[in-house]
Amino acid sequence: MKFKTSLITSVLSLGLFGASASATATDLEVTHWWTSGGEAAAVKVFADAFNAGGDNWVDGAIAGSGGTARPIIISRIIGGEPMGATQLNHGRQAEELVEAGLMLDLTELAEKEGWTDIVRPSKLLESCTLDGKIYCVPVNIHSWQWMWTSLKAFETAGIEAPTNWGEFVAAAPKLREAGIIPLAVGGQAWQTSGMFGVMVIGIGGMDLWRSVYVEKNMDVINGEDMKKIWQAYDDARNLTDPKNSIQNWNDATNQVISGQAGAQIMGDWAQGEFSVAGQTAGVEYDCLPGLGNRAVLDTAGDAFYFPKNDDPEVTEAQLRMASMMLSKEVQVGFNLKKGSLPVRADVDLEAANACMKKGLEILANPENILPSGDQILNRDTQGQLEDLSSEFFADKSVTIEDAQARFSEILELAE
Amino acid sequence: MASITNPDNRRPVAKPPNKLFRNLSAKVAALPMIATALVIFVGCSAWSIFYSFTSSKSLPREKFVGIDQYVRLFKTSRWQESMENILIYGVCSLVFSLIVGFLLAVFLDQKIRFENTFRTIFLYPFALSFIVTGLVWQWILNQNFGIQKVIQDLGFTSFELDLLSNKDMAIYAIVIAGLWQGTGLVMALMLAGLRSIDQEIWKASRVDGIPAWRTYLFIVIPMMRPVFVTTLVLIAAGIVKVYDLVVALTDGGPGIASEVPAKYVYDYMFANNNLGQGLAASTVMLTTVLIILIPWGLMEFGEKKAKKQVIDG
Repeated sequence: MKFKTSLITSVLSLGLFGASASATATDLEVTHWWTSGGEAAAVKVFADAFNAGGDNWVDGAIAGSGGTARPIIISRIIGGEPMGATQLNHGRQAEELVEAGLMLDLTELAEKEGWTDIVRPSKLLESCTLDGKIYCVPVNIHSWQWMWTSLKAFETAGIEAPTNWGEFVAAAPKLREAGIIPLAVGGQAWQTSGMFGVMVIGIGGMDLWRSVYVEKNMDVINGEDMKKIWQAYDDARNLTDPKNSIQNWNDATNQVISGQAGAQIMGDWAQGEFSVAGQTAGVEYDCLPGLGNRAVLDTAGDAFYFPKNDDPEVTEAQLRMASMMLSKEVQVGFNLKKGSLPVRADVDLEAANACMKKGLEILANPENILPSGDQILNRDTQGQLEDLSSEFFADKSVTIEDAQARFSEILELAE
Repeated sequence: MASITNPDNRRPVAKPPNKLFRNLSAKVAALPMIATALVIFVGCSAWSIFYSFTSSKSLPREKFVGIDQYVRLFKTSRWQESMENILIYGVCSLVFSLIVGFLLAVFLDQKIRFENTFRTIFLYPFALSFIVTGLVWQWILNQNFGIQKVIQDLGFTSFELDLLSNKDMAIYAIVIAGLWQGTGLVMALMLAGLRSIDQEIWKASRVDGIPAWRTYLFIVIPMMRPVFVTTLVLIAAGIVKVYDLVVALTDGGPGIASEVPAKYVYDYMFANNNLGQGLAASTVMLTTVLIILIPWGLMEFGEKKAKKQVIDG
């Protein structure tokens, strides 16, 4: 009996404490799909900074890739059960949600803090803007156009590490002889389809890329230059492990880290994994932006959206979080862990490694910057391209000609 | 009814009772369920079909595009692959779970020792969700630490089991995992059916000297018809909605080799924000099911009604 009363009082006092605490601190659930080692470390920077401000970061990590997480996030918002904040790639993914008035308008805060002046490239903020209003906070710049090579693997095979795609393809047979998988890739569709995008820019160049994805010029899409890309893509599928059972990108990165595989074509988030493993750019691994052929990077990235909420306290906490995410210290801490580049130029990046510095140098010239796939193609078209590329990669009976014809059909239908 | 069919019309009351008000309380009690069924099943299906003719993206919009969504659907190789796979999965799991389930039930029905233990072992996988089943089989079939590794470690170094990374075999890995999970239930149903057969029939067949297998085949199985129908409906429903098993085991891969229709619907509705395309696919699924179901239902239940009328008359 005595135990029971003490239990009740303690529960009551806990409840009271909880109630009084919530008057000052607000719980905000944040959904995201950052679950690999480097990513989790980066999220922790956000969470710590937010908690330090007196609020409470409730982590809502969703395992799996964005493909798994996005539908969960979107259906929660549409279903009237919004989270406090959520990661989405900016661009067209959230367009309809914004149009339907489901997202919090951040314009006032943005004007007060002068986001338009500090965010660079300005395109990032533009993708957050609809009808002159700002709806999301860009937090980092990620680019897809990187190839990561394991210097150890090439040493084992007794050859020079390649400096571009052509040398890599030429070196592949030697790697095979040494029992090393030339190209590591995970089975998820977005990885193979992203790789294709990288090849279009890395091998075909900026003009080809623009006429294919932006202008959707059918003559170019069906033409000889594009066929060369498909041939290179065909090379790539023949360089992977035929018995590949890897799904996640970070498992593939780990093959490169351990020297089981020669290289991986993956965005700069892979860099977070190399640094978690304690490797240094230029010593254990190397990075080739634009496949080593062309110094071009796109500026995709992650952004946080804040779904509308009825509770004014939550709204205030959402604005506090938005402001925190763009603050200088958080930008540096977060991006160093994540392997990405900060969205503001006025921060100190002394601690950046060799690969990040390469990236910053490329981005300093606006001519080297591409819009990302998320910003020019909608999810429907991207999904179809993912299906095509993963089928092509897994099924060698799909010929280059078939694939090119289907690629042009998909882009013809694209809006 | 009798008052109409009986030519003598011996009943003094002239008016036959209104058919609608017969068993009134039972009908009132069934109303909520009828309403639910109408709104949820019929209503939502109608809604889905309606929006499959629009170009809805992530939110439903009344922008009609005719049969464009269907044209695109049937041109998509992923959908063709999905339909092929569901056919393979359907035929294999229907045939094998019925045969294996029935054989296991017969085996347990031989008054063996430890029957309870065996029954539990066979039924246990059914207690696991498809997600768990998929993960378990993913590990079992993993080439680096699954069955292949175990057998190679035993000395058979050339042994290879590449179900999951072989595009022609991946769908069979799903069949195997599905059978492992579902056969126990079929067995339990069959066992219940076998137990409901009157022992006198067995005695009679033994007296006549009929071998056991013939008794099963020609006497017991026809008598178990209702059990088979129930089982069939359960298995068929499981086949059409197979999704989570695929997601957990292969995620449709390698490439698109083990995609299924339900996954296509989900992916296009939610991941790729193309509601119209997803609904067109689900409408095709519904139509396919109806094409199989309606003739079968007419045969199964229409026949009975006719028989019953003969008996009544």
